[in-house]
Amino acid sequence: MSVSSPGSGQPFPNNWRKPPFIKNPLLRWSIIIGAAIYLALAFGTMDVNWQRAAEGLPRGQRFLAAFFPPNFSDNLGVMWDGIFESIWMAIISTIAGIALSIPIGLGAAKNLAPKWVYLLNRGIIGGSRTFPEVILAIFAVKLFGFGPFAGFVALSIGTIGFYAKLLAEDIENMSATQAEAIKATGASWFQWINYAIQPQVMPRMIGLSVYRLDINFRESAVVGIVGGGGIGATLNTAFERYEFDTAAAILLIIIAIVMALEYTSGFLRKYVQ
Amino acid sequence: MLRLEGLKKRYKTGDETLKGVDLEIPDGQVIALIGPSGAGKSTLIRCVNRLVEPTGGKAFLGDLELTSLSSSKLRKARSRMGMIFQEYALVERLTVMENVLSGRLGYVGFWKSYFRRFPAADVHEAYRLLDRVGLMHMADKRADELSGGQRQRVGICRALIQNPDLLLIDEPTASLDPKTSRQIMRLINELCEERGLAVIINIHDVLLAQMFSQRVVGLKLGEIVYDGKPDGLTPEVLTDIYGEEDWEATIEKVEDEDGEDDESGEGGEDGENLEENAALGNLT
Amino acid sequence: MPRLETDSGPVWKRRTTSKQWAIWFGWLVGLAIAAYAWQGISEKTIWFFVQDAPRQAADIGGRMIPPKLSYMSRLWAPIWDTLNIATLGTVIALIIAVPVAFAAARNTTPHPIVRTIAIFIIVSSRSVNSLIWALMLVFIFGPGVLAGTIAIGLRSVGFCAKLLYEGIEEIDHNQVEAIEATGASGAQKMAYGIVPQVLPTFAGIGVFRWDINIRESTILGLVGAGGIGLELNGSINTLAWTQVSMILLVILVTVIVSEWVSAKVRGAII
Repeated sequence: MSVSSPGSGQPFPNNWRKPPFIKNPLLRWSIIIGAAIYLALAFGTMDVNWQRAAEGLPRGQRFLAAFFPPNFSDNLGVMWDGIFESIWMAIISTIAGIALSIPIGLGAAKNLAPKWVYLLNRGIIGGSRTFPEVILAIFAVKLFGFGPFAGFVALSIGTIGFYAKLLAEDIENMSATQAEAIKATGASWFQWINYAIQPQVMPRMIGLSVYRLDINFRESAVVGIVGGGGIGATLNTAFERYEFDTAAAILLIIIAIVMALEYTSGFLRKYVQ
Repeated sequence: MLRLEGLKKRYKTGDETLKGVDLEIPDGQVIALIGPSGAGKSTLIRCVNRLVEPTGGKAFLGDLELTSLSSSKLRKARSRMGMIFQEYALVERLTVMENVLSGRLGYVGFWKSYFRRFPAADVHEAYRLLDRVGLMHMADKRADELSGGQRQRVGICRALIQNPDLLLIDEPTASLDPKTSRQIMRLINELCEERGLAVIINIHDVLLAQMFSQRVVGLKLGEIVYDGKPDGLTPEVLTDIYGEEDWEATIEKVEDEDGEDDESGEGGEDGENLEENAALGNLT
Repeated sequence: MPRLETDSGPVWKRRTTSKQWAIWFGWLVGLAIAAYAWQGISEKTIWFFVQDAPRQAADIGGRMIPPKLSYMSRLWAPIWDTLNIATLGTVIALIIAVPVAFAAARNTTPHPIVRTIAIFIIVSSRSVNSLIWALMLVFIFGPGVLAGTIAIGLRSVGFCAKLLYEGIEEIDHNQVEAIEATGASGAQKMAYGIVPQVLPTFAGIGVFRWDINIRESTILGLVGAGGIGLELNGSINTLAWTQVSMILLVILVTVIVSEWVSAKVRGAII
């Protein structure tokens, strides 16, 4: 192809269409039509009581009006109890969850563990990831009775699904040459973990543990709804008693704490990395 | 024709990057703007189309004062000034054709451009330009599938389809290998000659500046310290612009005007490339 | 200075003495917080129930086996509802998230005040769990799929908008500048310079969130917002443990399938 020579002299087209994103027209149209059919069916089968929903607007207005002004004073003692319970729950379940996650995460890394250990640990991770914390909490409440202990167990199990999975993936993605170099010095297995693996995965893992603390606090607000203690229980009670102004206050406090946590975790992660 | 009168730029940090630049470029003239990093070359050309807002002085395109235009008039004026970028600055996820046609955005309404309904004349011109730079067959490829030299040629097409009166070119060869750099510079030169455009090229490479321009302007700390013919760049002048260095190897007479038309990098030109690399090395 | 001069020659240590003390102190503080937190929980725990838990677990576990397969015929409709809650909720979230994200990104926001408002919307949507959203919406719209869908939508807005605005802030500014230099208008700059750069991010976020929403929508029924959680709640309340295990099995399969689908789609986009 010549750069400097003038063009080839062929006639140039006067119109141009953008080539479609999906080149195969059959596939393209079946995706479009399929999506249309799905949406039609989804809306069609959505069992909505429109009359009730239409009433929703004035109800919503009254509902929102009942939120204002948020009432921080009437149930102050109960609210503080709930909040501290949530914070303790979040801290303990993060610590316990991470302590359990470390052996499970090591075992679930393909490059460290033998096949059967790998499959076993991946199974544990998969199981705890599948079920939302709330479902775990329902069973924990059945087993351990109402209160923060049930919430603690549910959140710890939830933490394993999150933390062990990311730890395992991080180990699988680490630099193999560094690991090899330490192994070549004749280090034992524990020395190898300590010198080759730990320095590589540590910064990210510290960041993730703060992030998980943040998640656990947020989740602690919902495990309470099914009896797992914490601020969620207080919130649920407020709703059941139609004390919406108290509920509004609780929601605002949750938002404020989450914002503070998010800010700290962002700061900490920057500091660690 | 472009005329700058006492153009100044002071950044918020307090650095005065341009200290009152006076410059006049008649139509059909290609000038090379050289100078060390931080001399204000990039700022200068960005002040012309006001991607960077100048803080003092005036710029005229023909009789139009650019520095006082309202934002809608500025858009119209920008469509008369083509710009070519250092890292090509193609929108990587759009096709080559969309990138070229984006040069017409100043002339086409929003919805027409949104649905990619450009006037037939624009499409025709886009194909003609792509053919001219040898990329006809790439029209429907995505821009990120192209090599550096090919991308820069698309960038040239995007600037030229604007049908500009002035070309602003910012380090067109900084990301290219020496051979492709020459091809691109030659292409720019030919195309500007065909259209009689006024052109400012920011360039790091003194050798290329000498080869492909009619006039060289040296910028140092926001002020013009040299303005004249390419062969007036003596070691003393270069020392004045860049500082102390052995310049003899850089400005030795250039007789490399034999055609390097084939694209493939292989062949017996390794020696020549080495020489160029040595020259490049002197400046970095 | 990790190298210390002692009588018997230099000794290498990993950290200086003061740094080492700081680290010990940090551990001490952490430990104290953990102990205090544990104290806070344990005083509200009835340990008799905890001791009894293994027996309870064995008991319930025994009652759950085998899962009641015939119950499946009554689960198809709730699964379909769950799927719709997740999908339509994600669609709603994406539609709202786009303008919020552009208002929240530093390089596209029209005004710092608008940005603050957008960030506030994002944070409030993210802080309030979908179950709490559902709890409130059931009060407004009455129990059913509608409340669930909107709850999922409201919860996902913050998540999608946050990831999207981070994506917008990370775009290559040169490409936008190049479009601006052609004389393009503000809207054209958006359509040609910014949108093509964030479109893959946008699609990725949508699929990612859809996968999460499938999981979240399985529980909304607990507060009456439709889907399979309604059956779960009913079965647990009536102590129909073989039905419970069947539902858990169905949730497991649904989640695995949705994870597989989202991985495939994301692979195709990126």
